Amino acid sequence: MKRYLPYIIAGLLALLPLAGLSSYVMHILILVIMWAVIGMAWNLLSGYCGQVSFGHAAFFGTGAYTAGMLYSKLGISGWWGIPLSVIVVSVFALVIGYICLRLRGPFFALATLSMGVILRITAENMVDFTGGDLGIMIRERSWVEKTWYYYIILAIAVGTFLAVKQVMESKLGYYFVAIREDQDAAESLGINTTLYKTIALVLSAVLTGFAGAFYTNYMGYIDPKVVFALHDISIVTIMVVMVGGVATYWGPGVGAIIMVLLAEVIRSIPTLGTAHQTFFGILLIVIIIFLPNGIVGDFAKLKRMLGMAKT
Amino acid sequence: MSSVQLQVFLQTVIQGFLLGGLYALLGIGMTIIMGVMKIINLAHGELMMVAMYIAFVLFSAFHMDPYLSVVIAAPALFLLGVGIQKYLINPVLKVDSILPENQVILTVGIGMVLVNVATIVFKSDYRQTPVDYSTKAWYLSDFWRTSPIELSLSLPWTVSFVIAVLITGGLWFFLTRTDLGKSIRATAQDQDAAILMGVNVQRVRMITFGLGSALVGAAGCLFIPIYYIYPDIGGQFTLIAFVITILGGLGSTVGAIIGGLILGLFESLTATYIGMGWAPVGRFIIFVAALIFLPGGVASLIRTRKFGK
Repeated sequence: MKRYLPYIIAGLLALLPLAGLSSYVMHILILVIMWAVIGMAWNLLSGYCGQVSFGHAAFFGTGAYTAGMLYSKLGISGWWGIPLSVIVVSVFALVIGYICLRLRGPFFALATLSMGVILRITAENMVDFTGGDLGIMIRERSWVEKTWYYYIILAIAVGTFLAVKQVMESKLGYYFVAIREDQDAAESLGINTTLYKTIALVLSAVLTGFAGAFYTNYMGYIDPKVVFALHDISIVTIMVVMVGGVATYWGPGVGAIIMVLLAEVIRSIPTLGTAHQTFFGILLIVIIIFLPNGIVGDFAKLKRMLGMAKT
Repeated sequence: MSSVQLQVFLQTVIQGFLLGGLYALLGIGMTIIMGVMKIINLAHGELMMVAMYIAFVLFSAFHMDPYLSVVIAAPALFLLGVGIQKYLINPVLKVDSILPENQVILTVGIGMVLVNVATIVFKSDYRQTPVDYSTKAWYLSDFWRTSPIELSLSLPWTVSFVIAVLITGGLWFFLTRTDLGKSIRATAQDQDAAILMGVNVQRVRMITFGLGSALVGAAGCLFIPIYYIYPDIGGQFTLIAFVITILGGLGSTVGAIIGGLILGLFESLTATYIGMGWAPVGRFIIFVAALIFLPGGVASLIRTRKFGK
């Protein structure tokens, strides 16, 4: 049963649009799945390989801008951005990896954070190339209905899930975990840590780039402050995984559901609308103190805590 | 180089130097926290934002001079820092988890809460404390009538710089001449040895976090007459403080001062010669260059060249 769970869930998700959901519900579902993709991508690099990135907005934004600039500069459909972003994002990831991967722990985190900010400022200032703060507007939407967008992001999500699972069940995955647990020990066992960290980074970046390219096509508008956002992309990515469960297959999905719903619920309450980051921050603090491995990772602990509350 | 170009260049250098002095204060706060606690405080700039709003409230309610509000804001930030360390960071240091970076992520969460609460209380409007000396300046020609070039120095920048230097001096005295200061430095050097020597490390950690917060709080009050404030201002200063810390060498106070000055100069030069919008990129180029070419920071240079001690 457990082996088939991913297929069952994918099947159920594929049937969902047939239920005739309103376009608002579809929008929420699309966002949840998109965040799950980004979360799974981040999890590969940070959860499994232990290289905590604070700058996944860099890859998200690069993917988004690849799609956007194909449209604005070359006049071809932004959907080509999804395949093309593989190349562009890989190049960026290799450059960023070359600089950042020589650092460890918090220094890597901060270096990636600054990479995200550098890309944002660059995109803002290179007005002739990227359009600067005006952003890029996709004038012709592919579909008015959300169903096709839903299926596209679902396909990306299923692909990401399978890719992450495949990697983690192969030798590569064991290398990643070995690097996370003790990099020096891994190195002394003959694992080329730099190479495998770079592989993890590029894989993670490419998957995040897919989500970015999808975002451009789906939302129809991007600007540097949106797609390279530190808090709204990079930190939310971390939160999705931290809340759901670090280094678990289902964690990012669970986290994405909670984070997107929480954001929507808080925004819908007028007096609390501006306070959504307070709730995010408090949730993050509570999760780190009480469930450091997230809801999925610390599920047994969570059950025990709730059980104790009852008695 | 014509005299106008020279004038612009000197003006830029002086401006960068003044900015660097304030940056140094910001960096020292972060570097002592990093030295003692081995964590990166990503809520550093947000703490500064809190201090700036304290100064703003004091100014608008009691017309208190921003420079005077250092006396209130710094102790307030000290208490806030001690509270954060005691009730939030300490419990996290004890729990076991897959990712050791949890404390860093925790400080991000604290920062988010602070920014958002400030947004709710003060709205996201840009605010400032309109003090009457904010546009005053010194001119070189006031002192030296026949000077071939004309330089000007903004009065609030100069005052802020002088106060920053005084605070840094006071800190240096505290760290090198008092028992508590010595125990802070001992804990930073070797925690286990410090415990064996009878240092109450828990208390030292709380005081260090408080001290770091108080320093950044003081820096906030010094920035107020020059900058305008808005709730999101903290983020960029967190990054600046971090860049300074890396540039100076982790945990090194002298390094942080030099790092602050270098960054101030570099930013000022980028802003004049490349463009205002690119100044933050210059900041990160320095950061990346420091990480690659000088991973130990300025402190490692000092150590190998045997400057000073």
